[in-house]
Amino acid sequence: MVVPAVVTEGLKKSYGETKALDGLDLEVAQGSVFGLLGPNGAGKTTAVKVMTTLLKPTAGRAVIDGIDVREDPRAVRTRIGLTGQYAAVEERLTGRENLELIGRYFHYSKADQKARAAQLLEMFDLVDAGDRVAKTYSGGMRRRLDIAMSLVARPSVLFLDEPTTGLDPRSRLGMWDFIARLGDEGTTVLLTTQYLEEADRLAEKIAVIDIGRKIAEGTADELKDQIGGDNVRVSIMRYENIERAKEAIRTLCVGAVVQDPESPMTLTAPIRAGGGVVPMIIRALDDAGVDVMDVEVRRPTLDDVFLVLTGHGTQMPAEEESRT
Amino acid sequence: MTTTQSSISSTSPTPTVPSGSGRVANIVLDSFTEAGRHVRIIPRNIEVLIFATIQPVMFVLLFSFVFGGSIQVPGYPDYDQYLMPGIFAQTVVFGSVFTSVGLAEDLSKGLIDRLRSLPIVQSSVLIGRTLSDLVRNIITFIAMLAVAFVLGFRFEGSLTSAAAATALLLLFSYGLSWVQALIGLSVGSVEAANSAGFLWMFPMTFVSSAFIDTRNLQYAWLRTVADVNPFTQVTNAARALYNGTDPGDAVMWSLVWSIGLVVVFAAIATRKFKTSSE
Ligand SMILES: Nc1ncnc2c1ncn2[C@@H]1O[C@H](COP(=O)(O)OP(=O)(O)OP(=O)(O)O)[C@@H](O)[C@H]1O
Ligand SMILES: [Mg+2]
Repeated sequence: MVVPAVVTEGLKKSYGETKALDGLDLEVAQGSVFGLLGPNGAGKTTAVKVMTTLLKPTAGRAVIDGIDVREDPRAVRTRIGLTGQYAAVEERLTGRENLELIGRYFHYSKADQKARAAQLLEMFDLVDAGDRVAKTYSGGMRRRLDIAMSLVARPSVLFLDEPTTGLDPRSRLGMWDFIARLGDEGTTVLLTTQYLEEADRLAEKIAVIDIGRKIAEGTADELKDQIGGDNVRVSIMRYENIERAKEAIRTLCVGAVVQDPESPMTLTAPIRAGGGVVPMIIRALDDAGVDVMDVEVRRPTLDDVFLVLTGHGTQMPAEEESRT
Repeated sequence: MTTTQSSISSTSPTPTVPSGSGRVANIVLDSFTEAGRHVRIIPRNIEVLIFATIQPVMFVLLFSFVFGGSIQVPGYPDYDQYLMPGIFAQTVVFGSVFTSVGLAEDLSKGLIDRLRSLPIVQSSVLIGRTLSDLVRNIITFIAMLAVAFVLGFRFEGSLTSAAAATALLLLFSYGLSWVQALIGLSVGSVEAANSAGFLWMFPMTFVSSAFIDTRNLQYAWLRTVADVNPFTQVTNAARALYNGTDPGDAVMWSLVWSIGLVVVFAAIATRKFKTSSE
């Protein structure tokens, strides 16, 4: 039987009055990329620290590859790689030295340390910068070195705590490629993120957490379905037709047809997911003699999911909006 | 070993800690790796080393020129012969602050978290740190000794006594490094670690026999404090050995204090480090 890569059961961690984790249950399948999604203070870092033996839980248990983190932390440490929220590289050593250093901690021979470091520099596009001290690295390079350091000993489970926070859009795209590649090669990856787009893009399964609890779980699509299917937005040419338009499409929609308060010539309504409805809507409007300016179908984003699930949004950095 | 066909990772977890080596061997190996990390950085941070050396030189010059004329110590016609061992002792004590500052820095940068996620013997993080600071102290000591010689300081006793004096000073600083390790683990920031260290290092080194004869202190209670100060014992022992006089029981007290500090504070700091996960 294949044991899951990560299991947590009723994980709790309190700091005095603050419940950073309040009964977290997770299960991460071997070889999958799992996203732990939550806003600031949700408990992501705390969860990662418990799973990587850095913090003892107040209650509950965390099991990595079948090994309880409390019973045999050392055995767990031989199987995991951790890239914490803040890049933990030794700034005054070169990239290569940083990698070799980790090899030395794992008691590799000198030759193996060197070979593995060279390999990882190549994988992470750091060959040219390999012999420069890490202090001179850009944020993206530093993060890549950080992840490379976590991979020196070929961990079976890699924990990435907010791997792209603070990176510019281009570095973020590059980082996504690296992480996607890791996933393709079969490493189990548990990544935390505040970026809904990131979880959507990388993770096969997503757990949404807020104030230390899991509030939803599933694939990105499943989560989107939780708040209903698609939404249609119909913009018409003339305002006097608005009631007629409403009437015409009512039976084709699965919920109330609502006039957009910000643009009164636009109607929005939930429709059944999957094709076929939009042409029918256009035809119905046409039959009713309503001139249509635009029809748009919008799948809900994970942002919407979050808003519905938690009652509050996530703050998205400005750069997120300017990207497609 | 082929590097061309390799993947970033592999699914099969490799048992990466070689078997066959006992726990003691692991402590030694991991501590040396950790010490090596810090030692390697020393020459890259040359300005830190330079300032760490300039400071005692400045003290030597200040005390020797400013107080040289007015401070008389019985048995030492030349104040410099009295003063220099005191400055040496103060310097190695101040050098211990690198332990708390370095640890606090590693903590705040997340490096300690990275180390704690590796299958290394946990205490080696602290052993490695204190050992590397001992190395740093030795380097500073050599530089300082050279300057002292230029200024006219001489070993009046045998070379063996001088070596013993130096060893006593370094051992004491190693004990204090463990005190500083505990401080570094307890305070939240580099700045706090730095200030916390000097908060006790200044009184400790000044209320002592480092610069003056404690019998000249104006309050009886202050004299008592200065006399029981372990720093006084260490300074007296080193001074006597450098000057070829009889150290009396100061050597014994120095050893007791230094070894005691290492044992007690290594235990407390290691415990603190291990329980930081709670
Ligand atoms: N050492 C600590 N002492 C006290 N409270 C803490 C400590 N660490 C975390 N907390 C609290 O626990 C909660 C969860 O924190 P955690 O760092 O796990 O959140 P996070 O999801 O990683 O947030 P972020 O996105 O900001 O990194 C927060 O309310 C935080 O203030
Ligand atoms: Mg966090």
